[in-house]
Amino acid sequence: MNARIDVRKTYKLYIGGAFPRSESGHSYEVADSKGKFVANAALASRKDARDAVVAARKAFGGWSGRTAYNRAQILYRIAEVMEDRRPQFVQATQQSEGLSAAKADKVVDEAIDRLVWYAGWADKITQVVGNANPVAGPFFNLSTPEPTGVVAVLAPQESSLLGLVSVVAPAIVTGNTVVVVSSYDRPLPAVTFSEVLATSDVPGGVVNILTGSAATIGPWLASHMDVNAIDLTGIAGETALATDLEVAAADNLKRVRRAPAAEPDWTLDPGLEPMTAFLEIKTVWHPIGV
Amino acid sequence: MGSPFEYAPAPESRSIVDIKPSYGLFVNGEFVDGHGKSFKTISPATEEVLAEVAEADEADVDAAVKAARKAYDKVWSKMPGRERAKYLYRIARIIQERSRELAVLESLDNGKPIKESRDVDVPIVAAHFFYYAGWADKLAYAMPHSAGRGSDPQPLGVAAQVIPWNFPLLMLAWKIAPALACGNTVVLKPAETTPLTALLFAEICQQADLPPGVVNIVTGAGGTGQALVSHPGVDKVAFTGSTEVGKAIARAVAGTDKKVTLELGGKAANIVFDDAPLNQAVEGIVNGIFFNQGHVCCAGSRLLVQESVAEELLAKLKRRMSTLRVGDPLDKNTDIGAINSAEQLARIRELSDIGEAEGAGRWSPECELPQHGFWFPPTLFTGVSQAHRIAREEIFGPVLSVLTFRTPSEAVEKANNTPYGLSAGVWTEKGSRILSMANQLRAGVVWANTFNKFDPTSPFGGFKESGYGREGGRHGLEAYLR
Repeated sequence: MNARIDVRKTYKLYIGGAFPRSESGHSYEVADSKGKFVANAALASRKDARDAVVAARKAFGGWSGRTAYNRAQILYRIAEVMEDRRPQFVQATQQSEGLSAAKADKVVDEAIDRLVWYAGWADKITQVVGNANPVAGPFFNLSTPEPTGVVAVLAPQESSLLGLVSVVAPAIVTGNTVVVVSSYDRPLPAVTFSEVLATSDVPGGVVNILTGSAATIGPWLASHMDVNAIDLTGIAGETALATDLEVAAADNLKRVRRAPAAEPDWTLDPGLEPMTAFLEIKTVWHPIGV
Repeated sequence: MGSPFEYAPAPESRSIVDIKPSYGLFVNGEFVDGHGKSFKTISPATEEVLAEVAEADEADVDAAVKAARKAYDKVWSKMPGRERAKYLYRIARIIQERSRELAVLESLDNGKPIKESRDVDVPIVAAHFFYYAGWADKLAYAMPHSAGRGSDPQPLGVAAQVIPWNFPLLMLAWKIAPALACGNTVVLKPAETTPLTALLFAEICQQADLPPGVVNIVTGAGGTGQALVSHPGVDKVAFTGSTEVGKAIARAVAGTDKKVTLELGGKAANIVFDDAPLNQAVEGIVNGIFFNQGHVCCAGSRLLVQESVAEELLAKLKRRMSTLRVGDPLDKNTDIGAINSAEQLARIRELSDIGEAEGAGRWSPECELPQHGFWFPPTLFTGVSQAHRIAREEIFGPVLSVLTFRTPSEAVEKANNTPYGLSAGVWTEKGSRILSMANQLRAGVVWANTFNKFDPTSPFGGFKESGYGREGGRHGLEAYLR
């Protein structure tokens, strides 16, 4: 009797809600933690990055204009769908990070719980970081946080799922849209995550995921004049590259979340900084009178 | 149209200020000679030389940073917040006591009308120190942001602060007050055309017995500023000035741990809807662009007026502009003082000429300008398109570009069509429209039915290429804590 031949998945990019291959036609081999070939992933190019920025910009008005309650529900929905596909994420994390089944299970727990945590922030962050200001005059004066815009995110290299969720969720929950460059060696959990996003009511273009090299794509994103901010977490410890990207980011004064010396411990309480790094405080004045 | 009002001159006496022939640098609590050259600071209204001021070189900057570090390590970071607070309260009080002197000196060195330095700049300076004084012993309550980072926020260390010439003393206050309240020490560089009030502030620090080295003032031009922000002993850089220099600073600190805040240029839209109270709007437009000679980063330099009321509004605006009095900054009736420098005047002239050459209609009321000094009449351009340079570039002078729109969405699109995002104005009687516009405008400050209002409790700062970080309010503390 012939054994059934399994149907393998093509791992593609996620841009504007669709799953294209790289326009360059390039792909690269992805191995599991033991070095065994798993799949060919799309190798995102400069053009893919630019397309992703266009998609993110197009999605920004609609996403940032949604109510906080609605964004909260959508982030929660991402968690629901992830939970539903839990075995797939456990397997993908085991494969890419070489974790034991128990450890991979814990990573998936954390990733889902983190999404739930961030979902709850959507309609609370304004209350925590906003302010009514008692100005010395007859004026109503209110400061509220607003999303910075299109954020380029270099996702962590080691933590391919929990780390990814920990940099994407805080950026989008407040209304930003993102262009993410996944871990280079461990891109497959990010692709599976993009399939969850596509089925979680996240509008196309809010999250765009490029598999490929941060060193290659990073400079294009850092110098792109329609990107408002960049998160360099994914190039932790790469001082020279981080400096170059910061210099490029200065061309249009992108907000920069600097590269840490080493990849953070993703199990710790993230605090508010991952969200506030990509928020702008807007202050509105109006006279008070009759 | 001649001036409908005639006024007798009413100059404020300058005898209250005692300007020394020359000034050194303020380092470690004392005035010291610099190693570099010196430069002259002049009154832009008369071109009279007011004083010679030392130009700090790298060695001077290094000495100032070392003094600040020593004061930080040995004194200021260890002092309980409630004691730091008392020094800041003292400073606030001395500013109030010496307010007239500060106002006259500011108007002399900067060229701004005495009624503005006296009624706006100096009172807000005192208020700023008073406000942040009160934070010094309450920092644990200031930052819900620090959740996960401990509830005991710490100062950063030595702050390098570089400020512009348009609000010399006010920008000093915006920089120094929060830095000191949070336990940092500072090295501040005032602009080369307006160093005098910062040096008088140094005397105020002496009168307040502020520990030596907590505040250091190094005078000089761009080279001094560059040496200061790139000094490796600096933990924090705060800059207010042009977007071009802001970008250079962002590049200079790349790859370092220096925390940076930048408050840069703007090209604010001041949007007038057809239901706005037009007389009030005219006052707001005039205040928006002619306040401080238009040397304001958040100036309402693009008037967007709804087409149906454009003609009526422009007629009113021109009539109002004809009553503006341009002249002696020390005259209490003066509305528009001197342009701060020959260089700035040249830039305003150049961009205005370009506006004309690109086809916009230029108009200024008849007004007599003084023979000496740097002057530019209040000016407006009609028929301006979004592509015109006067609609895109910051002129930083009393020059208003007028554009029109038909629908609210067109107004939003035009207002946001700029790399800047510092401020915006909205004039309408309709509350829901105000809030909708305020939501959609990509700017850090939105003034609705008012313009150019500032308060120590209210955060100020930009979106996009207008910079990052906020000054003022609780948010202003974040720039100086970790």
